[in-house]
Amino acid sequence: MIVVQDLTKRYGGRTVVDRVSFTCQPGTVTGFLGPNGAGKSTTLRMLCGLTRPHAGRATIDGVAYPDLANPGREVGVLLDASAQHRGRTGRETLRLSAAILGVARTRVDELLALVGLTDAADRRVGGYSLGMRQRLGIAHALLGDPRVLVLDEPANGLDPEGIYWLRTLLRQFADRGGTVLLSSHLLREVEAVADRLVVVNKGRIVADGGKEELLAGAGVRVRARDPQALRAGLQAAGLPVATSSDGALLVRAAVDRVGEVAAACGVVLTELRPADGGLEQLFLSMTSALAQEGSDQ
Amino acid sequence: MTPAASPLTGSGAGSGAGSGAGPGAHPHPGRPSVARLTAVELRKLVDTRSGAWLLAAIVLACAVVAVVQLLAVDAAAHRFELFFLGTLLPIGILLPVLGILAVTGEWSQRTAMATFALVPVRRRVVVAKLAAGVAVAILSLGASALVAAVANLTAIATGPDGAGGWELRGAVLGSAAVMQIVNVAMGIAFGMMLLNTPLAIVAYFALPTVWSVLGGMVAWLETAARWLDFTLTMAPIVQGATLTGQQWAQLGTTTAAWVVVPLAVGVLRVVRAEVA
Repeated sequence: MIVVQDLTKRYGGRTVVDRVSFTCQPGTVTGFLGPNGAGKSTTLRMLCGLTRPHAGRATIDGVAYPDLANPGREVGVLLDASAQHRGRTGRETLRLSAAILGVARTRVDELLALVGLTDAADRRVGGYSLGMRQRLGIAHALLGDPRVLVLDEPANGLDPEGIYWLRTLLRQFADRGGTVLLSSHLLREVEAVADRLVVVNKGRIVADGGKEELLAGAGVRVRARDPQALRAGLQAAGLPVATSSDGALLVRAAVDRVGEVAAACGVVLTELRPADGGLEQLFLSMTSALAQEGSDQ
Repeated sequence: MTPAASPLTGSGAGSGAGSGAGPGAHPHPGRPSVARLTAVELRKLVDTRSGAWLLAAIVLACAVVAVVQLLAVDAAAHRFELFFLGTLLPIGILLPVLGILAVTGEWSQRTAMATFALVPVRRRVVVAKLAAGVAVAILSLGASALVAAVANLTAIATGPDGAGGWELRGAVLGSAAVMQIVNVAMGIAFGMMLLNTPLAIVAYFALPTVWSVLGGMVAWLETAARWLDFTLTMAPIVQGATLTGQQWAQLGTTTAAWVVVPLAVGVLRVVRAEVA
């Protein structure tokens, strides 16, 4: 189980991670979502002891990562697939880590086969595509037979087949009792595999809950003949408004409340229903609403 | 929950550790020993193309020096010990670069992330890198001996009678070991202090050279140089002299200034550095 409590990181005067807390239970896949620069990677680095937080703490089964005796045996970490020595072969990269972990050498070949890199194992990592590096990174994370996986953008560079493979792998890992924390800005990918979602923007958690529950709260989709007037009315009523990619307004409020506001300001509606755009709309409405607040201040 | 299942394989096969109950039920595995980490660091020195080329260059430089000695130096000086001493300088110059790369490579190739994720107590990695450096320095003496032996056999085969004595004094061997260990440690120290390959290599070569030049030019720096300039304090070792107490003290102060201080700064930097 991963417990993150009030993690905070500042660079200069800027708070890039602001009191972030969440929990990942065994048997679940938690999607850690946010736009680029939201603080996801910094949070994951703090979780893995690579960056010192200014405040807060993170534990894996109650133990801070740096206090784990042989962390690779308990937590599989992939924070950046490109952070491997370009001059080493894929096999050598895994062998070095296998030596630190104290796992059998045969395990290296097993994992190369699992991620489909057996044929490329003796080529240098510098010649690998990003997708192959991701596969190598995933093999590296799984090498110590951990029960927790922490993966930062693991789907980057994978082709559709690779993404499907990864999704299946993570689902099976969780179904066998493993804990998965996976970050992404690829919403569709996370939506397909995650049980729980933690959405972060500008260093703060903006949503945290079960996938179904969060999707149910995706808000209201509304169109009007005069969208400017409707937007002004909704904002005057204190409701957070965002614009979806097709021009409809997304409002984080109940349907009848939006209808009331529209009626009160005499706007003709052409559409009013619960948003069904899935995670992408949720994501958009939350992050842009927050951006709006930020720019209003 | 499936018995004997690892989250990955579902069978625990091949992991040898998943024979407990659920996923990750293997007993908390122990901390990797410093000896194991040292073996890994040693392997990392030679398993990349740059490392392999550097080692090849070192052997080649030793061979060139030996050939020059065979051709240009009086046959009376064709003895194993002098050939051995002749290899110390090229090794002493190039081997520290391997030490620098052992540290800065982790940053330039960004492997520090994986390294410190597996070994979060970073000073253990530092100790392992230093131990690997010491091991390489000692192994280099074997390479020196090998090149010297080949050169000496050549001298015996081609030279006048009486050429090619095999004596190697223990004191020479001992001080040669100290010299190479100090050199490699200085490379590692500069690497950790600067965490940048070109910067560390330039600083490693330029700073002592500038200091040597100044010590030779400026009269009042000369006394200081005798205690703080490796070119001077290592000279007796390369010449095969048995070091006096004062010469050891001079080597010691030079080592403190150029190795111990940068090492202390470097360890602090590595332990605190943000890894991204």
